[in-house]
Amino acid sequence: MVESGILYRTIRNEARRKSTFMGEEKNDIQKENADKPDKKVSQGRRDALKAMVAVPVLGAMAYGVYQKKKTEFTNRNAAEMFRFKSDVAAYTPTISDAPILRLGIIGYGIRGSQLMQALGFATPAYVENLKEQARINSENTRYQDFLEQEDLRIEITGVCDIFDVYAEDAIHAGSNIFREGLNGKYGPQPKRYLNYRELLTAPDVDAVVIAAPDHWHGTMAMDAIRAGKHVYVEKPMTWTVPETYALRTLVKENPHLVFQLGHQNRQIEAYERARQIIEKGLLGKISLIETGTNRNDPNGAWVYPIHEQASRENIDWKQFEGDPERIKEYMDYMTSAGVTKYVGPESRDKFSLERFFRWRCWWDYSTGLSGDLLTHEYDAMNQILNLGIPSSASSSGGVYFFKDGRTVPDVLQTVFEYKDKDLTMLYSATLASQFSRNRKIMGHDATMEVGNTLTVTVDPRTEQYRQKVDQGIIKPGEPFYTYVPGKSVDAVSTATERYFAERGLLYSFISGKRYNTTFLHLKEWIDCIRKGKQPSCGIDQGFQEAISAHMGTRAYLEGRTMYWDKDKEEITRE
Amino acid sequence: MQSFQYSKLQLYALFILRVFIGWYFLYEGLAKLLTPNWSAYGYLIDSKGFFAPLFGQLAGNAALLDVVNIVNEWGLTLVGLSLILGLFTRIGYFSAILFLLMFYLSHPPLLHAAYILPTEGSYLWIDKNLIMLAATVVLMLFPTSRIIGLDSLLFRRKKS
Repeated sequence: MVESGILYRTIRNEARRKSTFMGEEKNDIQKENADKPDKKVSQGRRDALKAMVAVPVLGAMAYGVYQKKKTEFTNRNAAEMFRFKSDVAAYTPTISDAPILRLGIIGYGIRGSQLMQALGFATPAYVENLKEQARINSENTRYQDFLEQEDLRIEITGVCDIFDVYAEDAIHAGSNIFREGLNGKYGPQPKRYLNYRELLTAPDVDAVVIAAPDHWHGTMAMDAIRAGKHVYVEKPMTWTVPETYALRTLVKENPHLVFQLGHQNRQIEAYERARQIIEKGLLGKISLIETGTNRNDPNGAWVYPIHEQASRENIDWKQFEGDPERIKEYMDYMTSAGVTKYVGPESRDKFSLERFFRWRCWWDYSTGLSGDLLTHEYDAMNQILNLGIPSSASSSGGVYFFKDGRTVPDVLQTVFEYKDKDLTMLYSATLASQFSRNRKIMGHDATMEVGNTLTVTVDPRTEQYRQKVDQGIIKPGEPFYTYVPGKSVDAVSTATERYFAERGLLYSFISGKRYNTTFLHLKEWIDCIRKGKQPSCGIDQGFQEAISAHMGTRAYLEGRTMYWDKDKEEITRE
Repeated sequence: MQSFQYSKLQLYALFILRVFIGWYFLYEGLAKLLTPNWSAYGYLIDSKGFFAPLFGQLAGNAALLDVVNIVNEWGLTLVGLSLILGLFTRIGYFSAILFLLMFYLSHPPLLHAAYILPTEGSYLWIDKNLIMLAATVVLMLFPTSRIIGLDSLLFRRKKS
């Protein structure tokens, strides 16, 4: 303001100088007034007019704003049908005096360590790294987020990993109860078990988190249920078809034990809204769903780094090989289907660091793209559309890019038919291109794109919205409705909002707090254990997920369509 | 008292420029006031260049963000009214320049800066904000509000 004063004074001085200079001029305004005293009244009127001349501009502005608002209001009314009363259940914090739940961790590889971090336990070295990143870049809030993440009132009492280095890391993470970096204060160390079966007999373990390779998921989950432990098992639920039935039976026989399959997409708010939109019939008859995976780096193609300290001495290869009963089921199928070319190629008992760290590349341990990534897409669509098991599945693809000796394909297309629902779900994946493709649910009246946000685009040939399209209220082919999670008002949103929303920026702003979905999924499981409830991805959803993935896999391996016999609950070749 | 010697054409040209810039500010302000839950957050976090951390901090602090929002909504509206009506224009011009400077510094058209919000033109170092800022400086140096505008009534009354 001081500066403004100085500035203005300068201008005034300037003006004064000028007026002195121009003072002699005849047409100087003041002079003009003085020269013609008889016209003083009209001159006053002219001055008043000059003073007010810009006022009508405000009228024009008011008219423009009114017209613009009216149009927006009509559009908003048109979007009225996309308004929903209830929002997704609010986050409920853990009760501060809830009894401590004691957890065992089976498998502390890439995913196992992520799950433990989501539970609030990380190695001091990891925390130190987060601190360092926050120090280098003040915009990196991961350290702060980790510290602020709610205490779920759990204790890690047992850990098991068959690679000594990982097991040691798991012990350190489990004892890092204050989320400290190096040289911090730590709590008691969890006990390390060399075999997961020993961990399951421990009386101080109430529940287990299983993140071993795919070929162990079902076996470990069944053993845990038999030992009376609650189970959180990573996806895919099973490696062989027979164990899928056995696990379902076992979980159903023990309803007091809470079983959760690790599909954290169940916690994404936008998916719940997507479900509501479809339930209301706003897309019209849905005939085609398009989903996919695009990745383009060695890590995404499962070529994980081989740990430099790993050796025959610190890895329990015998346990890695798998459960004999499972291996028999696997070999029985591969032999009977005539697809033994996909077995191996190396002998199962031959120690291999490559196979140990990159097991996803071989059917001997893996479920391929179907189990690893199709399951994510399938479960998201099953959550939104309640698809169930497809009536048939066909697949094609091959090892087209990563010709590194793997047996599982890096390009895969799987088509699921749902005859009773009259729709197709297409899954299309490549591990050698990261081009972004949105999930699309295509209806007769509109198409919905599903991600962290939702976008609905009305179809030019719609019947439901025909009138509104004809009236020009809805422009077909342009995004008509965008849902941004956490936003209080959702209706027609501005282009700016969409830009930010599509980049996931608005989300963190509006809801104020962004939660890690894996944290929410684990928390849901823990809450269900405490309250005796059923979680969102229980055994029924898990059974549908596993069977669908197995149908896709078998269709690929055998090169023919697989069918689902609903009555007999069997995969058939018809 | 202003006694700039303008020809009629000069006077009206300056006046029209003043009203246009005022209109632009007024509608920017009204549009924000009329948008439910409008916030500068997105714009601020999209900032690039030397001052980006500063604007990022404004966005990150809830209390400061509230202030930024109110200053934008009402500030732009009042600046617009001031320029259109020719009322208290010296404060109006000064505030307009401050706003434009902030807009320019938060989104400088640098060589390698890519913004989320799309621009409607191609710019290198000089953008429309900077041009408007220069135009506002010109208006400030060639005032018109005491010839055409409410300031003429106000300041005459004061004088008499």
